[in-house]
Amino acid sequence: MTQSSNSNPALDGARPELKADPVARGILAHHGKIERNVTLLLVLSFLVVTIGGIVEIAPLFYLQNTIEKVEGMRPYSPLELAGRNIYIREGCYNCHSQMIRPFRDETERYGHYSLAAESMFDHPFQWGSKRTGPDLARVGGRYSDEWQVQHLIEPRSVVPESIMPSYGFLMQADLDMKDPAGHLAANRDVGVPYSDEMVENAAADLRAQVDPDGDTSGLLARYPKAVVADFDGNPQRLTEMDALVAYLQMLGTLVDFSAYEPQENQR
Amino acid sequence: MKYTTETMLVGLAAFLALLGAGFAADEPFRQHAYVLFIVLALATIVLMRRIDFSGDKMIPLRADGSGKAAAGATAASEGTTVAYLDEVVRYGVVATVFWAVVGLLVGVVIASQLAWPDLNIQPWFNFGRLRPLHTSAVIFAFGGNALLATSFHVVQRTCRARLWGGNLAWFVFWGYQLFIVMAATGYLLGITEGREYAEPEWYVDLWLTVVWVAYLAVFLGTLVKRREPHIYVANWFYLSFIVTIAMLHVVNNLSMPVSFLGAKSYSAFSGVQDALTQWWYGHNAVGFFLTAGFLGMMYYFIPKQANRPVYSYRLSIIHFWALIFLYIWAGPHHLHYTALPDWAQTLGMVFSIMLWMPSWGGMINGLMTLSGAWDKLRTDPVLRMMVMSVAFYGMSTFEGPMMSIKSVNSLSHYTDWTIGHVHSGALGWVGMISFGAVYHLTPKLWQRERLYSLRLVNWHFWLATLGIVVYAAVMWVSGIMQGLMWREYGEDGYLVYSFAETVAAMHPYYVMRMLGGVMYLAGALIMAFNVYKTIRGEIRREVPMGSALQPAE
Amino acid sequence: MDFDYHAMRAFADSWGLLAMALFFLGVVGFVLRPGARQAADDAAAIPLKED
Repeated sequence: MTQSSNSNPALDGARPELKADPVARGILAHHGKIERNVTLLLVLSFLVVTIGGIVEIAPLFYLQNTIEKVEGMRPYSPLELAGRNIYIREGCYNCHSQMIRPFRDETERYGHYSLAAESMFDHPFQWGSKRTGPDLARVGGRYSDEWQVQHLIEPRSVVPESIMPSYGFLMQADLDMKDPAGHLAANRDVGVPYSDEMVENAAADLRAQVDPDGDTSGLLARYPKAVVADFDGNPQRLTEMDALVAYLQMLGTLVDFSAYEPQENQR
Repeated sequence: MKYTTETMLVGLAAFLALLGAGFAADEPFRQHAYVLFIVLALATIVLMRRIDFSGDKMIPLRADGSGKAAAGATAASEGTTVAYLDEVVRYGVVATVFWAVVGLLVGVVIASQLAWPDLNIQPWFNFGRLRPLHTSAVIFAFGGNALLATSFHVVQRTCRARLWGGNLAWFVFWGYQLFIVMAATGYLLGITEGREYAEPEWYVDLWLTVVWVAYLAVFLGTLVKRREPHIYVANWFYLSFIVTIAMLHVVNNLSMPVSFLGAKSYSAFSGVQDALTQWWYGHNAVGFFLTAGFLGMMYYFIPKQANRPVYSYRLSIIHFWALIFLYIWAGPHHLHYTALPDWAQTLGMVFSIMLWMPSWGGMINGLMTLSGAWDKLRTDPVLRMMVMSVAFYGMSTFEGPMMSIKSVNSLSHYTDWTIGHVHSGALGWVGMISFGAVYHLTPKLWQRERLYSLRLVNWHFWLATLGIVVYAAVMWVSGIMQGLMWREYGEDGYLVYSFAETVAAMHPYYVMRMLGGVMYLAGALIMAFNVYKTIRGEIRREVPMGSALQPAE
Repeated sequence: MDFDYHAMRAFADSWGLLAMALFFLGVVGFVLRPGARQAADDAAAIPLKED
């Protein structure tokens, strides 16, 4: 605000007839400054809109019970991460949630309710907001690889009522993750605990996971419970279908619920 | 050449885009860089030809102050009249109408895909890629252009000052269109951050940040140099919308790119923190983009169209502070019964319910502005559209708090009820108030006596209203049905329906919903025709609305 | 850090709530005070007096 130093700065720039009106002069001169001061309006409204965000979001980062203590969580293997990126790319989250709520019907339909810990390495989270299709938080291991591939190629051939689009093109698309180590490193930069060893072996681990005949001891040591298979049924190629199915088959399978104590994680 | 520097800068940017395509670290980025190159190369050509849309192909504008301003004259007469920068508002109005039609059309397409899945064309036109295109096109392209155009108009008139920053307003307008094009093409190419309503990737986000800062500068600059002692309340709403969206956009889109010449990035936050950040953003995109900004529109255009001051100016001030304070807390109601800690859920619910009060305060203020002038509704379909919009605002701001109650939400969440709620707000409130503003602005900006046809506005009004009613009712019924089917137990103690059966049950509703959308789109097409004719200066000879001799309709 | 949820909740339910309520009432009182009427009417007329 630029206000000159005359006797009544509030009337600066006012219409002449307003300046001449003694009533207006008096009221405007003694009126609250907010309505006439751009800077004040800006600062106050910014303050007001910041409060809510700070009070709600900030505690999530330091309250220690925000994320439950569980056993079994590990970062995604390179292939799973590549599959997850395809899941995001195709906008699966528009129709599928990954968040089972603690209701009887949901836990019977989909499995144990979702824990915050289960998405602690998810950049971004994929909880979703809509179930045009079913929840996928624990779809891992529920169907065979063949079923998943067939369902993705032609959903209505296995589920006649389905309204899901076809994703057959994933069979034809070679998995194009140019720099797997770079992807792991970027995740590490935002807090995922990838070790140096994991980053160094990223490219090799990517291929190892689709080769059941190869040496997978290193991969499984780094990523326990990783499912190793030729997911798309085409051993000659490493396709996007391989990656996506690898991701789907591990969803919700990591946490060891026999060791989980809900009472200790009351929030 | 008047735009030498600008032309060279755009040309240089086109060249850089080509370099980006050449050195791209991944395939999506390469494709996207080519899109950018083509857009910028075309822009360079257009700039070099300096096409003048107000040229001789059209009926000339009246040769007064704003006509000169339109031609780019910089000399603002320092007398009693202000030479407003209206040309950018004209472009904004045309862009609003254009993107409305595009966004609604994509909406009809994806609604049809849900009814008939064979309409999905993989990979580019699958539902998962088109749905973000629809939401972004209606929210950011249609809604955003409506906000840009009206805020530039309102701030000039209520401050009696020309837009600050010379051609900066043009940069904001075209920069924003570039953002839209990059975001939209990105979705089709599969470039997305996977966060609802914040899908564009990191480099597009950075561009929007630049444009947004320029927008804030233009708006603030105009407020600072105003010749009116008061800052009219519409500008408060616009200002808080611009500032808050800047904050939300920057925080929610914090991410780490894998490569600076690659499309992919990973969000800064993860899991539960990321979820709350996203819905803090998501709900306030509703609260500040789709509500505060459009309330600014309401507080200017309803008094203007009704030709009487707002019912209670002081209520509008309370409305403002209460609304912006409460809205920012409401995000967690999108995460009821999830892994978000309970205290955050409860907080979100309490504030969402409280939001009902300021929302209805605003609605009452808008509606009561017409007290003593209700007869105008009979003769003025534009005003009727605005009033219907406020009525829908009231309806959806009642439904929203209700749905944020945890027990209600346990049923409604994940179902189509949510989609119905969003559309009664988006089609009813946001759409109708924007259409009203477009109808108000078009004759004024192009200096026509009146719109080409008020009868067509009436058609638009009824098609839109009917479309929304069909849409919302269908989604209400089907959403509740869906929620109940998911949780229905038989006497044997087992779930009655498989998920696939609940999908099959939705089919007739999906068809009806699509028809509601078609009606609403038809209304928008009528508007586009009407606006086109008005801009061309044609006037349809017709019996005035509400005249005594009017035959039964 | 030693931020206990229950302590925060107790604060939010008591003093925090009171402070916000008082602030809100203060804003309402300030806006509705008699002296503000003229200024408000003046501001409300802004859209109607141009062009």
